[in-house]
Amino acid sequence: MPVQVRIPSVLRRQTGGDESVQLEGATLGDILDGLETRYEGLRGKLRGPKGEIRRFVNIYVNDHDARLLDGSTTAVTDGDEVIIIPAVAGG
Amino acid sequence: MSYVKGLKCRECGTEFPVAPRAICEDCFGPLEVTYDYAALRRSFGPDAIAGRARSMWRYRELLPVDGAEILGLEVGCTPLVRADRLARTLGVDELYVKNDAVNFPTLSFKDRVVSVALTKAREFGMTTVGCASTGNLANAVAAQGVRHGFETCILVPEDLEAAKILGTTVYGARLIGVRGDYDQVNRLCSQIADRYGWGIVNVNLRPFYGEGSKTVGYEIAEQLGWKRPASLVCCMAGGSLLTKIGKAFDELQRLGLVDDRPTRLYGAQAQGCNPIVAAVKDGSGEIRPVKARTIARSLAIGNPADGYYAARAIRESGGWAEDVTDVETVEGIRLLAGTEGIFAETAGGVTVAAARKLIAGGRLPRHEPIVLVITGNGLKTTDALAATAPVYPIIEPRLEAFEEAFPPAAAAVDFSGSAPRGAFPSSGRSAPAAPLSSARTL
Repeated sequence: MPVQVRIPSVLRRQTGGDESVQLEGATLGDILDGLETRYEGLRGKLRGPKGEIRRFVNIYVNDHDARLLDGSTTAVTDGDEVIIIPAVAGG
Repeated sequence: MSYVKGLKCRECGTEFPVAPRAICEDCFGPLEVTYDYAALRRSFGPDAIAGRARSMWRYRELLPVDGAEILGLEVGCTPLVRADRLARTLGVDELYVKNDAVNFPTLSFKDRVVSVALTKAREFGMTTVGCASTGNLANAVAAQGVRHGFETCILVPEDLEAAKILGTTVYGARLIGVRGDYDQVNRLCSQIADRYGWGIVNVNLRPFYGEGSKTVGYEIAEQLGWKRPASLVCCMAGGSLLTKIGKAFDELQRLGLVDDRPTRLYGAQAQGCNPIVAAVKDGSGEIRPVKARTIARSLAIGNPADGYYAARAIRESGGWAEDVTDVETVEGIRLLAGTEGIFAETAGGVTVAAARKLIAGGRLPRHEPIVLVITGNGLKTTDALAATAPVYPIIEPRLEAFEEAFPPAAAAVDFSGSAPRGAFPSSGRSAPAAPLSSARTL
């Protein structure tokens, strides 16, 4: 089974209201490529021109911040969950 | 009347109307409240507010509220204490402590941000409020949320200090402990805010919530006679407080209420969670998240949402940032308590210890006014001190036993009212010697 991607409400205008989507790939970068292919409106929102994850976007692979893993080259396998969340303030 | 113009993305400048939203739909950047400063310049100033109650709401024109009802009218206006004894120990000329350890009602600066957030939640017609918290915010949302008739939903890491848990549940607030660190709690809270229509103060109410922190800056300036200090040292978790104090000072300058000389901003973190300090020191300004490990639990945010802005504000102001060990943090708590009689929580220990390092290292000038911002109360984090608490004698209820434990010569010293020695033995300068030696001759 593929990787499940959860989409926050702030991005659902671009996904036609879809809250989650199943995508195939070997790395987080593959998954994000697939996401941008399916939802063209997401292109440029999550990653900058060099493919880097944008400053105010947090992406988690199975609970772990992708920046603490290997960023876009983080390996993913069937059944993994990718969560996209805007950065929020502290407390 | 309100002077709020709307919300504006800090990154791309896209404007949005006032609503419970925190994120730019175009670029994910954070939204910031904008004001009509031209109109404010005509109507806001020392004379206009002179007769108002001593509360953070004396600056209400600079806060993002539209309605008539303010929740938390008693919050703020904490003391700015002239700290001469601490100044002597640190070797500086003029030092002040902004003491939010005695803020009302829950003894931390978070009462300010929650007062604004709940006022907005009421305006928006919300009936449930909540937060992700490292403790102080949980206390503030619990106390003020319950008092103003909201349902509450407060999420914290499960292993928080006992005092911060009790200081939430005592109000009858609904508390949920999460197996994970603060960053994981925060992520869950974002998902909850996304699914339910609740007012999560530091998620969908964040643009308004954050503005409450500006009142620390307004108060400091007014308490100094409408002047900015040359330097200000503040602890950093998410980085919002320091950034907002900087914004407050900039606004006062823009309104012509303070002179043009800016304040150097200095940020303090624990070595076990120092992503903003690292971004300042390496000059990149980019935040690399860390896994937090520190006794300063209220600062244990490994992925600080406002870290980028805090690092930029520090660099642009000509300030600097420093991190300190857990041992230095405890020494900082004892130093502030032993010189000024102010018991700060671990975050305050970080601030004092970082200030000491910045002064000793020459980064923080000694001969200009300095303000240390103390954000929370030491009674909430006594766990951090338990292992190194000073021992004291237990005696029988007899005068002989007392005099054995406390010889008359020593008693004479204390009756003179002079300073205890060595409140902070590792400091470069000792406590003032003259009063102590004169007391001994009595």
